[in-house]
Amino acid sequence: MDPKQKALLEQFQARIDAEEKIEPKDWMPDEYRKTLIRQISQHAHSEVVGMLPEGNWISRAPSLRRKVALLAKVQDEAGHGLYLYGAAETLGADREDLIDELHEGKAKYSSIFNYPTLSWADIGAIGWLVDGAAIMNQVMLTRTSYGPYARAMVRICKEESFHQRQGYEILLALCRGAEAQKQMAQDALNRWWWPSLMMFGPSDKDSKHTAQSMRWKIKRKTNDELRQQFVDVTVPQADFLGIEVPDPALKWNEESGHYDFGEINWDEFWQVVSGNGPCNRQRMEARVKAHQEGAWVREAAMAYAEKRSKRREREAKAAIQVA
Amino acid sequence: MTEKSNKKNWPLWEIFIRSKNGLSHKHVGSLHAADAEMAIENARDVYTRRNEGVSIWVVESRYITASSPNQSESLFDPADDKVYRHPTFYNLPDEVKHI
Repeated sequence: MDPKQKALLEQFQARIDAEEKIEPKDWMPDEYRKTLIRQISQHAHSEVVGMLPEGNWISRAPSLRRKVALLAKVQDEAGHGLYLYGAAETLGADREDLIDELHEGKAKYSSIFNYPTLSWADIGAIGWLVDGAAIMNQVMLTRTSYGPYARAMVRICKEESFHQRQGYEILLALCRGAEAQKQMAQDALNRWWWPSLMMFGPSDKDSKHTAQSMRWKIKRKTNDELRQQFVDVTVPQADFLGIEVPDPALKWNEESGHYDFGEINWDEFWQVVSGNGPCNRQRMEARVKAHQEGAWVREAAMAYAEKRSKRREREAKAAIQVA
Repeated sequence: MTEKSNKKNWPLWEIFIRSKNGLSHKHVGSLHAADAEMAIENARDVYTRRNEGVSIWVVESRYITASSPNQSESLFDPADDKVYRHPTFYNLPDEVKHI
């Protein structure tokens, strides 16, 4: 490495170590920029694809109260996707390219959204577990070293706490209802528990990005640390609902002060990540269809804006001539 | 701005929100829109879903000129050694009140 480059890298690391935030026009290593574009765009795609499993239940929400809440939640996810695409664009990424990469299967999104929402209780489980897991990760990211990403996370965390509470409230209602309703809640927990634990990503020993991301303070906790934190806060919440976490190995460990839990099915994790989950194809088809069917709207809006701007120019010229 | 592709993408806008009267507009982020009116409507949906604002400014990003981090020494260092611009630089006896 040439000495000038080395000095820049050292200066950069010193700023990170001093807890200075990095802003868009600051010098940064190419790899830092690339890592952030990859991570932020994956995060944005997850918010956008995440609307699909929940959107499935908007028209079938059991009451108006549940329906307005779910609509507001799904609208928030769209907003969160936009904050994040905006943050990625401050790094020089082009929005259109990022979306193309998603649609062409080159970019990843959280694999949890490749599972189906089979019953109303799944909407409760998503809010409680999926948003709960996301919040754990996102609270950490409010302190990430890249300024625009950190600011987007602050907004998102403020908004998402309602998401988790509305989900838990749905399950609470079911668990206090008839036996069949409680059974629905249990069934949802059975199906969503393990995929939620997988949301934190591969185990630290298999995570190729973790070490560098920790050095650059993009991340401040490892996948396994966050996963443990999630298990520790979530198990008592399941106990309160009176439903059982589907893990025979789950056990409070007095000594460590944490729950011990069973091994994740990593084969399933990698299968879903690589495109073979229950709904991968369906999700991408829905995304591509929405994008293609919206193309004429985007083009028409652009044509209309151009026409109006030309008319304004003509009117301005005419006004000058009259004067 | 749009040289790199033939597609006509909506331009990027920077969004500033006044959270309540008496406070200045503050930058909150960016979004894409075909024109200024649409940028305001989209900013309403994206950045003020929970009463975060009473007024919105939108500026197309390409019209913003920003200082560069490389200039920061020449721009900001001259202020470093001018402590006499701060009230604590001046020594007054404690008996003197309201000053």
